[in-house]
Amino acid sequence: MKTDLTVDTKGMACPMPIVKAKKALDSLQSGQVMEVLSTDKGSINDFQAWVKQTKHELLSYEEDNGIYKFYVRKI
Amino acid sequence: MTDTTIKKMTAKELTRMVLDKQDLFILDVRNETDFNDWKIEGDSIEIINIPYFELLEGVDDILPRIPVGKKILVVCAKEGSSKFVAEQLAEAGRGDVFYLEGGMKSWSEYLEPVKIGDLKDGGELYQFVRIGKGCLSYMAVSNGEAAVVDALRMTDVFEQFAKEKGAVIKHTLDTHLHADHISGGRKLAETTGATYWLPPKDAEEVTFGYEKLEEGRDITVGNTTIRIQPVYSPGHTIGSTSFIIDDQYLLTGDILFIESIGRPDLAGQAEDWVSDLRETLYNRYKSLSENLLVLPAHFGKITELGEGGRVMAKLSDLYLSNPGLNIAEETEFRRTVTENLPPQPNAYQQIRQTNMGKINPSEDEQRDMEIGPNRCAVHDK
Repeated sequence: MKTDLTVDTKGMACPMPIVKAKKALDSLQSGQVMEVLSTDKGSINDFQAWVKQTKHELLSYEEDNGIYKFYVRKI
Repeated sequence: MTDTTIKKMTAKELTRMVLDKQDLFILDVRNETDFNDWKIEGDSIEIINIPYFELLEGVDDILPRIPVGKKILVVCAKEGSSKFVAEQLAEAGRGDVFYLEGGMKSWSEYLEPVKIGDLKDGGELYQFVRIGKGCLSYMAVSNGEAAVVDALRMTDVFEQFAKEKGAVIKHTLDTHLHADHISGGRKLAETTGATYWLPPKDAEEVTFGYEKLEEGRDITVGNTTIRIQPVYSPGHTIGSTSFIIDDQYLLTGDILFIESIGRPDLAGQAEDWVSDLRETLYNRYKSLSENLLVLPAHFGKITELGEGGRVMAKLSDLYLSNPGLNIAEETEFRRTVTENLPPQPNAYQQIRQTNMGKINPSEDEQRDMEIGPNRCAVHDK
């Protein structure tokens, strides 16, 4: 997937993954895609709920060897 | 000058506040799904849910919803997000702001020991209230020896408590193969050299050695006798066994609770076990002394906690008040315990496998498996 920005939050715990992701998302233009990498299992549900609440689009979510990857398109 | 420092509250302190019915306002900042599944409850607790990720730009919008002059506790899953939000509340000028140390994780794991009463030979019986999850364990102590019933996986709590009482744990017993939490019975027996007892009919698939809990095999604690008398009482599981301790107390496991009765479906055999459950509740228990004090392995609602947090009731009183003991028709009973049951406990299949010794999850995995309420009673909606 073509991404415009990668936010690496590996090793960080709540609330930092979403704090970082929000900051990054604010800097993007509408239509651009952000990739967020996280190792915090506890924030998976939070992340999905957050994207839903912000009305941006969660394109996909995958897990690869304990690393969770989220792709979000800014609306 | 506003006090912008936040204070931490431990699960133990929070438990005290709940039991003493002290006023507290809780702002739970977990996501809505987790909050609706399971939250902190208490008569004196007012609680609202606003996820932390809705507060990334500040707390100004929600200040009108936060009472002034009341203790405020911010709660999240682990701790980080509650500190993040609590700090903002304090900066906004709110004075009495706390965060829950260790979050819901430590709330789920905290055990409060409560004394149930003295035993005839001078021994004592204690109940351990796992208030965040609704689990209850017991320890009978007498003359330097102790027996633990339905031990939870936080085994160090039991070891420490026995040590303080100057007692050596000689026996650990499980009333049945648990489906809502990971038993600490086997681990506690291994670390203390105690004997681990399980009902054989629940242990057909276990991968480890144990002593068979059967009627007639009384267990003694201390050199004067506290008799722990097993009473076969199937229904929640096929092996479910109750204990009469010191001819005074009836430990009912997950068969009979204070405001409900056990569900028969967690091992996948609801239809088969309904008649066992009915037989146990309406006949076997009826033949016991009605003065026995019932001590269950769970509570479902905070209203089941009595004085000082004790969960206990006289058997004869339960025959009057407990809805599960007052269903005259067998068909209606069958319907109550097999239809419209609450959701099953989180990860209950894996928990059963763990308790059989078939899988060995890490401590973190065990913690995740146990998240949420116990949901072992038919009325836990």
